[in-house]
Amino acid sequence: MKFLRRFFLRVTNLATGRGADQRLQDELAEHLALQIEENLRAGMSSAEARRQAALKLGAVQAIREGHHDEQSLPFIENLLFDLRYAVRMLLRSPGFSFIAIATMALGIGATTAIYSVIDATLLHPLPYPNPTELVLLEGDLPGVGARDVGISVPEWRDLESSGIFRSVSVSGTGADVNLTGSAQPERLSYKHVTPNFFAVFGVDAQLGRTFDPHDATPGFNLEAVISDGLWKREFGADPHIVGKALRLDNDLYHVVGVMPRGFRDLGSTSEERNTEIWLAAGMAGAPFPPPLRGSRLQSRTVARLMPGLSIVAAQGRLDALVASLKKQYPAEYPSQTAWTVRLIPLSENVVGSVRPSLLLLFGAVGLVLLISCVNVANLLLARASGRGREIAVRQALGAQRTRLIRQFLAESLLLFLLGGIAGFAILFFARKFLLQLVPESLPHLNDISINWGVLGFALAVSVAAGTVFGLAPAWLMTRFDLIGTLRQEGRGSSGSRERSRARQILVISELALSLVLMVAAGLLLRSFRDLFQVQPGFNPARVMAVQTWLPGPNDPSADIYRTATQESVLLREILRRSRTLPGVEEAAVGDTTALPLGHSDGDLNPLPLLREGIETMDNQAPVIASPIVSPEYFHLLGMPLERGRLFNDRDLEDAPPVAIINQAAARMYWPKQDPVGKRVRLRLDSREPLRSAKPAWTTIVGVIADARTESLADAAIPQIYRSVYQHPAKSLAIFLRGQLDPSDLSAQVRSQVQAVDATLPVFHAETLDDVLASSLSVRRFSMEMVAFFAATALLLAGLGIYGTISYVVNEQRREIAIRLALGAQRGNILKMVLRRGLGLAAAGAGLGVAGALLVSHLMAGLLFGVSPNDLTTFAGVTIVLTGVALAASYIPALRAMRLDPITTLHSE
Amino acid sequence: MKEKPDVLQGTLALMVLKTLDVLGAQHGWGIARRIEQISGDLLDVNQGTLYPLLLKLEHEGSIASEWGASENNRRARFYRLTAAGRKQLQAETREWEQTAAIIARFFKVKAEDLP
Repeated sequence: MKFLRRFFLRVTNLATGRGADQRLQDELAEHLALQIEENLRAGMSSAEARRQAALKLGAVQAIREGHHDEQSLPFIENLLFDLRYAVRMLLRSPGFSFIAIATMALGIGATTAIYSVIDATLLHPLPYPNPTELVLLEGDLPGVGARDVGISVPEWRDLESSGIFRSVSVSGTGADVNLTGSAQPERLSYKHVTPNFFAVFGVDAQLGRTFDPHDATPGFNLEAVISDGLWKREFGADPHIVGKALRLDNDLYHVVGVMPRGFRDLGSTSEERNTEIWLAAGMAGAPFPPPLRGSRLQSRTVARLMPGLSIVAAQGRLDALVASLKKQYPAEYPSQTAWTVRLIPLSENVVGSVRPSLLLLFGAVGLVLLISCVNVANLLLARASGRGREIAVRQALGAQRTRLIRQFLAESLLLFLLGGIAGFAILFFARKFLLQLVPESLPHLNDISINWGVLGFALAVSVAAGTVFGLAPAWLMTRFDLIGTLRQEGRGSSGSRERSRARQILVISELALSLVLMVAAGLLLRSFRDLFQVQPGFNPARVMAVQTWLPGPNDPSADIYRTATQESVLLREILRRSRTLPGVEEAAVGDTTALPLGHSDGDLNPLPLLREGIETMDNQAPVIASPIVSPEYFHLLGMPLERGRLFNDRDLEDAPPVAIINQAAARMYWPKQDPVGKRVRLRLDSREPLRSAKPAWTTIVGVIADARTESLADAAIPQIYRSVYQHPAKSLAIFLRGQLDPSDLSAQVRSQVQAVDATLPVFHAETLDDVLASSLSVRRFSMEMVAFFAATALLLAGLGIYGTISYVVNEQRREIAIRLALGAQRGNILKMVLRRGLGLAAAGAGLGVAGALLVSHLMAGLLFGVSPNDLTTFAGVTIVLTGVALAASYIPALRAMRLDPITTLHSE
Repeated sequence: MKEKPDVLQGTLALMVLKTLDVLGAQHGWGIARRIEQISGDLLDVNQGTLYPLLLKLEHEGSIASEWGASENNRRARFYRLTAAGRKQLQAETREWEQTAAIIARFFKVKAEDLP
């Protein structure tokens, strides 16, 4: 208590300033006067009384100091003194200060920028309460190579009652629905969810309510929850929206709640991410298949773990549950499929795909920060050589070494902090511009903000870097032979060897670090170029895709596009009209699965593939991607036929069903056989209305060449194509090839489509070239950023080596002058200096290559078509670095060569 | 400034408090003079220690000070004991007496007294 009281008084004294000292002086004067009177009374002469009194009082200055120490906080006072001194020193050499602050602003600003992205994505991936409890459940059949096969309703109930989870929700993977009744028929992303869906996330509605988690309606309960965005856009933020009716695909729903702004559904598909309507369904009654163990729903299962249960422990208990279910229902879970259920942290699902890229960026920017710190440390050391005499004199006058170190530390901390603040300020004011550089496909793009946490990060980095990189120069600056320095300083001798060695080490590490960055950038650049040059197996040039969506009411009899024959009338008319549009040369339709590169896994809608004579049950079968296309599709996209035939006009609904596979499917499912003529069954096609009859055998009639329609970086996956005239599809893409104007096309296609059926929405027109570019956008972003960082690093390293060589030349000018006076060739002097630079570059490159090998293997997963040990990249980068080092040494070398020996020797 | 050993400093604080307790409000010189007198001029109070000590005691709340007029009408700063200071003095006096008694007993003990 007493200590605290004293401390606070001292702090206030520090703030209030001088009054206390004045009071003491008055008091001492009084003291002296009283003592003189006493002495006079004792009979001394007045002069003697004064003398004795002063003697008895002692040194007034010492009393004042003792008093002052008691009065305030010497440490903070010293700090303020140091800061004041540091500010004076910075102002005295504005050029140095500017370069140092700018370098740190660059380093810390760039690091903070990347940190703000990481903060919004990797550090805060899920905007829900207790996000670590949220997990994704994926069922796999590793025995038949099937992943994420979905879940059946009985399995869902087993999980709910297992005691592992607080709650388990099942939801569709997101799909489109037509909202009619508004000005323009609108296509919205909706998702059917079990009623406990919002309870699992722990988010409540801002208006109205979410679904009752205990609702037991087997099918759709006709309640809808809508997003804040839809509420504002379509309903003008109507406060009485709750209870109003929505017509979705001709079914009538009523709104029960509006989700708060910022609530987003976090799925992996683009439809899921943009979900604007949630519909509750028990998933056990029409239009869903009957709740049997064998009929798995194409779905996503998100659950909240029991509090305190770790993922590993939960997975253990889940494995036990799966094992007991398999024992209980051997017929439903054939052993050869090896059914398992995996738990994946939900955050992993959201940001897992961009984590390597972001970590790479953070690593790269960390290296840039390190290089800028090294550069500033180097500058500080360089300046120290100019201040050697000052330091020596101060030490000779009795300054303690710790005190000097503290003072230099205050200087470097001030520099780093100013740099950090400048970097943050630039970042803050340039944030709008910088955000445009971030690819749209990055999850949580909208959550990136420059906030207090980011500012705290910037300041913490500045202080940490300032301490670490200020301490070393301060240590070296104050550590030298006092007599030697005082005697030598100003006579142009070689100065402190220790300091110049330290500077060389710094430059070497700078060069090594920039080499690492440049190798990383080089490898990414080559991967990116290779990706662009990869043969995708289809021709995206001059192709546009426009999407539409046919309504699918819950009651199949209300669906006017229920059968392929019914739909084909519409499609043929749309195609006929599309071909008449200006510039269109070819037209085709396909479902959204047939859209190349524009979709992620969830849109693929893989179906179990039952080969005749091999598999007999759905849950034994491997799954395969199954686009539905019109016969013109393959020609339009330039996918050549390898064997058999394409679809023709006779492949209609009443004709025997046929399919075309790609070579990857042929290789995987009919190795060393001719697949043409083989028969298969595709089951559980959620896009087709339920039919009582078993699907007939589908005959494979052709094999087309592989195309990288999923990802340019991955080899083609197995695909089985079916004709849209045999299998109706609801989510359609219209493909057009020709001289097209993307800006007009959407409106032209809309007018043609709506001339056929005015209720159909037309949306999302895009060129395949754009799709291709955006599929690479995160890669492009990280490649460009790393390249930018590498260029910065190279620049800083160049400056570093220039500074060091200049310094060396300056220190040796006397030696050089003597050599010249004794007849040395100027060319030799040039060579001597350049050799110094080359030596540094060689050491830096050697270390850098070792580091780069390490780093390139760590980032092997981000590379494509280029080995992490790629010789060309390593050699090229080393040559560039050496070139820059030589160029940077050349200027001081020229200066050394042109030294006039007479002037130099005179001036010393 | 090097601090004096704790015992001395602690003793001086006790002496200051006791002086103020006996004499009432008093200025710095008066305190110093009084301590010297009582010690029979064996102690020489160092002003470099006294004034910081007075400030410390004031910060701790044991004493308070204000400007006033001295006996011969000069402006002087007078220190007086606060209630907290009085309590502290009593506690420290007790402690000191106890310590002194223990030390005294140690000095009294002779070898033959030990069992």
